[in-house]
Amino acid sequence: MANVKSSRIKSRDNILDYILLVVFIFLVIVTVYPFLNVLAISFNDPIDTMRNINFIIPREFTWSNYAYVFRENNLGQAFILSVLRTVIGAGAGVICTAMLAYVLSRKDFYFNKVFTTLFVITMYVSGGLIPEYLLLMRDLKLGNNFLVYIIPGLIWVYNMILVRSFIEGLPMALQEAARVDGANDFIIWARIVLPLCKPVLATVALFYAVGQWNSFMDTYLYAKELPTLQYVLYEIMEKATVKIDPHSAEQVKNAVSPLSVRMAVTIVATVPILIVYPFLQKYFVGGMTVGAVKD
Amino acid sequence: MSVKKRQKEKVIKQKFSMQLMWKQRYLLLMSVPFLIWLIIFKYIPLWGWTMAFQDVRPKTLAQPFWQRPFVGVSNFIKAFQDRIFGQVMLNTVGLSILGITVGTIMAILFALMLNEIRFVKFKKITQTISYLPHFVSWVVIASIAKMVLNDGGMLDTALHTKLGLMSTNTPLFWFTVVLINTWKEVGWDAIVYLSAMAGIDSGLYEAAKVDGANRLQRIWHITLPGIKPTVVVLLIMSIGGALNVGMERQMLLSNGIVQDHAMVLSWFSYVRGIGNSNYGLGTAIGMFQSLVGIALLFIANKVAGLLGESRLI
Repeated sequence: MANVKSSRIKSRDNILDYILLVVFIFLVIVTVYPFLNVLAISFNDPIDTMRNINFIIPREFTWSNYAYVFRENNLGQAFILSVLRTVIGAGAGVICTAMLAYVLSRKDFYFNKVFTTLFVITMYVSGGLIPEYLLLMRDLKLGNNFLVYIIPGLIWVYNMILVRSFIEGLPMALQEAARVDGANDFIIWARIVLPLCKPVLATVALFYAVGQWNSFMDTYLYAKELPTLQYVLYEIMEKATVKIDPHSAEQVKNAVSPLSVRMAVTIVATVPILIVYPFLQKYFVGGMTVGAVKD
Repeated sequence: MSVKKRQKEKVIKQKFSMQLMWKQRYLLLMSVPFLIWLIIFKYIPLWGWTMAFQDVRPKTLAQPFWQRPFVGVSNFIKAFQDRIFGQVMLNTVGLSILGITVGTIMAILFALMLNEIRFVKFKKITQTISYLPHFVSWVVIASIAKMVLNDGGMLDTALHTKLGLMSTNTPLFWFTVVLINTWKEVGWDAIVYLSAMAGIDSGLYEAAKVDGANRLQRIWHITLPGIKPTVVVLLIMSIGGALNVGMERQMLLSNGIVQDHAMVLSWFSYVRGIGNSNYGLGTAIGMFQSLVGIALLFIANKVAGLLGESRLI
């Protein structure tokens, strides 16, 4: 009797597995399909696209949408700006975060408590948009200056805490040994701590890089003359139509519909994320679980 | 433990002296520049809150702070009496409650499913794909969402109907926003719950199995109680941020038609502060948002404590 019951439970449990399988396949489709759809539209002939936009394999393949956006929307410059802010912002962010995190991991540092508290407070209270805007634009005159992309968001306190708790988990013996050998604190940081922190620094570098690449509001608020890819995409979204010179028959023939243009730029703005995604996503998840530590 | 304690005592005994400062000069050099950075970019804007009690317009902006006219709380009164303030509050709170509820439930549900499925490889693939949208910018998400959900968009085409998700100026737009937000974040949000589930003692499951509990019973009696502390902490945090509905997302997803139901506090602060150049009023709105947020955080924390749950602070 008991046997029958347990086998019935077992078979019901196995049914659950297949239900889950079906649900997951559905979820994967829901997640991936829109991206494939965008990709297909970006490579499809714009006039053909107007017929029906629901497809994932280009019906009439063309490069013309991409040729158009790089020619007309100054996408090259935007791309370079986006790459620059990503590389410089992430690089500077990682170095500064690691340095500060090391100092605040040193329990013997006299100002440890005070500094840590001052940094952590800013995670919960901020002056808000208007004072920040006035500070950057009026007092520091950073409007339309590339530095506005780098300096105000140089260190994320969350990332600093992440690195700090990683350093605290490292064996102290190495640091002590170096100190006995006469190394100063900077040397200990650069030669001993930094190399050991590689995994967590990779995570943090990615947080910064993705944040920089995806950032849009700072361009919108402070630096419209330094448009990044995200901002160009926003502008295209806002402009419902693309100007076509009616006198030029050639242009009419190669007319590009706003949707096709937008989808091409959408892909350009997404692809770098997709490229770094697969081989680095493990660092992200690692970072997330490390992030569960309390301050 | 005793070693730790001794270390702690040693730390406390440290007295300020120039010798100590000299000994720690490298540590000072490595941290003071960042402290200055912090003061400039985080604490000076906080000082900017004083503008909430002043009449600050482009004309008076150049004056030093003590020469600007003080107006008491009239900026706050002006904000509360604003023609659209009620609607803005409703949108902010509505979007928050809906977002927190749907977001949390979906993330837990998704984590549960990932935790249960036994096809390991498939589980990995699904999870990897699920948090892809988290890393994509809101501009890109908005661009895709508009392609899919606009009138005559992909979804309309596929279903041969007109859903009007992006063009109905009613609270339906909140649902649209929450739907898109959930699509973007559910996989990412599930990670935390999943790691909480991984931390549950597997002996409990074995014991339940021996007692004849089926999978659903095990989920109900072991997994869900097991992740409860995590859920509470995350809920407290999200309640603290309840009024901080980001302006970026709202601005990008909305359009002229649904504007009335898309405007939230942060955006409202921007429109009044920068758009209308009334910096005092804009700051007052932002300050109101921050203070209510902090108050909510403390209340939620207290309530969690009273209910016998672990507290955040």
